[in-house]
Amino acid sequence: MNEEGVTILRVQQAQYSIREMIQERKQKKRIQIERFIPSILLLTAAVSILTTLGIVFTLIFETITFFKEVSVSEFFTADKWYPFAEAASYGVMPLVLGTLKITMIAALVAVPIGLATAIYLSEYASEKTRRVIKPILEVLAGVPTIVYGFFALTFVTPVLRSIFPSLEMFNALSPGLVVGIMITPMIASLSEDALVSVPRAMREGALALGSTKLEVTLKVVLPAAISGIVASIVLALSRAIGETMIVSVAGGSTPSLNMDVTTSIQTMTAYIVQVSTGDAGYGTTIYYSIYAVGMTLFLFTLVMNLLAQYISRKVREEY
Amino acid sequence: MKLIDKTIVAKKMPIRLVRNTILKGLFFLATTFGLLVLGILLYRIFTQGIGYLDWDFFQNFASRRPEEAGIKAALIGSIWLMLVVAPVALLLGLGTAIYLEEYAKKNWFTSFIKLNISNLAGVPSIIFGLLGLTIFVRALALERSVLAAGLTMSLLVLPVIIVAAQEAIRSVPRELREASYGMGATKWQTIVRVVLPAAIPGILTGSILALSRAVGETAPLVVVGIPMFIAFLPKTVFDTFTVLPMQIYNWTSRPQEEFQSVAAAGILVLLFLLIFMNSIAVFIRNKFQKRY
Repeated sequence: MNEEGVTILRVQQAQYSIREMIQERKQKKRIQIERFIPSILLLTAAVSILTTLGIVFTLIFETITFFKEVSVSEFFTADKWYPFAEAASYGVMPLVLGTLKITMIAALVAVPIGLATAIYLSEYASEKTRRVIKPILEVLAGVPTIVYGFFALTFVTPVLRSIFPSLEMFNALSPGLVVGIMITPMIASLSEDALVSVPRAMREGALALGSTKLEVTLKVVLPAAISGIVASIVLALSRAIGETMIVSVAGGSTPSLNMDVTTSIQTMTAYIVQVSTGDAGYGTTIYYSIYAVGMTLFLFTLVMNLLAQYISRKVREEY
Repeated sequence: MKLIDKTIVAKKMPIRLVRNTILKGLFFLATTFGLLVLGILLYRIFTQGIGYLDWDFFQNFASRRPEEAGIKAALIGSIWLMLVVAPVALLLGLGTAIYLEEYAKKNWFTSFIKLNISNLAGVPSIIFGLLGLTIFVRALALERSVLAAGLTMSLLVLPVIIVAAQEAIRSVPRELREASYGMGATKWQTIVRVVLPAAIPGILTGSILALSRAVGETAPLVVVGIPMFIAFLPKTVFDTFTVLPMQIYNWTSRPQEEFQSVAAAGILVLLFLLIFMNSIAVFIRNKFQKRY
């Protein structure tokens, strides 16, 4: 504001007393608006709670409808998932096993690579290297999963088949590896946060005793950060369980109850996609089955997310 | 004066030092693995897709013949989706963040909302699809419209926006608020005229990243039942439509070899869109973020 403006303002203000100004303000509508604002904002905050309630109730109600047609014991104990067959069989185990296969392969890729990346970035890399590599990892985490699915089907599977000729076109190995690549940045970045937050003094103490950098890392820093690291792994595996597009593009649609990773599989998420893209009429048993499978998936990931929160909150060491 | 003679140290602990060097190399190799994969992925998709990427590709609708297939419907559809997701998710996310940071008292209800938001962030996106299918498509009878899909996507990215906005609001220093109160401003005036303008760069950065996630997400839309083969453009938010990831999914799952190249071309467009959005976010972060 220029000087002239300030003078005008002063002159105007001088004509009121402060008391009058406050009096006048209180009568303005603004004060009444002020009272409603918190309630309106509370309403927007309630949407997130409504979303959770919506998810839980949708899943519960439609799952109950499903269990009116298919017995609970069949769902948990039958060893075949053949909803499209004449004599349909709804045993969820093959889908769960398919999901676990993918998760396991992903973990075998992502845990060592993610952890090694975290250690390199927090303990060995210079500030400069870190500033180059971290954003690239973020890009890797931001690639849409359909792109990873395409990559798994058109690049990883053919490469793997040239190494293992017995590998089927759709298999567990290829999407498992790619899901692993997808969750690696998550483990790397969350574990790095945990490693970096270990105080310098602990490292310096160990170094002063004559340890090499590796010994400091493995015997002092890693144990101190272990809760954060475990939490990051649990979170990343929960993400792998819920991953959808990679497994439905490259994993196939054959639910099977074996430990073979070279054959076609089906995961919980891929089944939901298969039914959604086909035309299972509204109200059929198949339609309701996607909610039962969704419920199983939801419970799996919920337990893992709560576990990760519990680990990072309760087991955290205070320095 | 050198207190430690490094040659003597090296002589005393050769195995331990070698082990340190080898492991350091391994850690570095693991770090470059991610970069390598990203490089291969981009190279593969670029060489596969670039041949199909011409003006016709943007002009044509989906087609059964790969040489005529285009992404017009999908590209416009993705923009339509953003027109619903951006205002809905931003308003809800910002409202929640302001409530939690400025108004909420520290009680069980507030911590319940916070716990709920962090759990919601971990729910698989396909579950949001089931929610959208049941509530928006069936119960509210919105059918497979832009609106139904947009609301589903808004709920999906809501936790990300809330957390980003909370952090941005929290980083506005107390002094600014107190100065505003000192001048006689009310709480809401302070929030709208002082806190929000100061927090806008952080909010925008987080929101654009959340929106770019919505642009790339496929699973919820598959479950909601958004069609993949469409040869017209939506006119209102109640019309049906398709989006880029759905179109790519459709091309990927076709048996003909040529459609793989079409899919790769579609992916190039999608990645370009995402890189563009991310650059805007980075630009805003660098240009406007103030440190107090």
